[in-house]
Amino acid sequence: MAIISFRSDEIHCKIVYYGPGRGGKTTNLISIHKALGHQARGELLSIDTAGDRTLFFDFLPMDLGSIGKFKIKISLYTVPGQVRYNDTRKLVLKGVDGIVFVADSLEARRNNNIESLQNLNDNLTEQGKGLNSVPLVFQYNKRDLDGSKVAIMPIEEMERTLNTQGRHPSFPGSALKGDGVRETFKKICMMTVVDVSARLLKEKGISLTGK
Amino acid sequence: MGDLVLTKQALDRIDSVLANMLKRSGAHTVLLIDKAGQIISFEGSMDQEKVSSLAALTAANYGATTAIARLFGEEEFTLLFHKGKQENLHFSNVGEEYLMITVFNNNTHLGLVRLEVQKGLAEIETMFAQNLREWFNA
Repeated sequence: MAIISFRSDEIHCKIVYYGPGRGGKTTNLISIHKALGHQARGELLSIDTAGDRTLFFDFLPMDLGSIGKFKIKISLYTVPGQVRYNDTRKLVLKGVDGIVFVADSLEARRNNNIESLQNLNDNLTEQGKGLNSVPLVFQYNKRDLDGSKVAIMPIEEMERTLNTQGRHPSFPGSALKGDGVRETFKKICMMTVVDVSARLLKEKGISLTGK
Repeated sequence: MGDLVLTKQALDRIDSVLANMLKRSGAHTVLLIDKAGQIISFEGSMDQEKVSSLAALTAANYGATTAIARLFGEEEFTLLFHKGKQENLHFSNVGEEYLMITVFNNNTHLGLVRLEVQKGLAEIETMFAQNLREWFNA
């Protein structure tokens, strides 16, 4: 649910990084913060457990520049990936405008990806939304392990199992090295803003560019 | 939950309610946010960076507390209060979708803050109801 303010001419959107535990959601945010730190409106806020797992969520507010007279402001969140934290995921997902699904390329995590995507669908359904009604981008993370001893799934296979109808854009990535992070982020931002503005035009007759 | 379109007039009116509330209660910052953690309006002396984080954290905190309430068969706890040595936070529900967070220090006391928050809430709730109708009619 975006907030559109006509006093300060700002649009506030919420983008959530979703995916199985230890898949690299937080690493994506850290990477974005490093690369686009000058556009951040504040520090990366992270609530993690003693280990490196997210307990509640990470939060990074960003400024994205302007469209027409409107300044676009984005709040980035990650969810905790562990299965048992579903209540927290539902909380963070509340009012979401765009989603990045960070899938783990490790062969051993195939089922974790599928379960997490199913869980995303269930949680969106509870909000009266679905995988096809919210802007969604897939990122196949950990591609830097390609060619190493660890078995990783080919991109085509990940597309087949997750992006089954090929409806959503997808990017290979290595959040750790920063590869694909910016592309994924740019794409989801663009899709989210387009979606919000289309909704505005359709439901309220307001055009962002004033035409 | 649809998008929330805020006109200049609506925001100005909300701000004036919040500013009045601040003055009367002796609190130093007040925020109106939605339960997804987005700021609708804020008045007071906190810096903008901290306010964004505060909104995200308090919305999540409120959601977590609501989950706790349900464990006890309550629909939600409509009032939350955090007490520190210097700073205190007071949360309350505004309608179904919004929250008001009041930050105050030891220059004032909880009773006065609660009383003034209650008055401010009543004003804002009437305003939201009016605006929602206007938006649907537009």
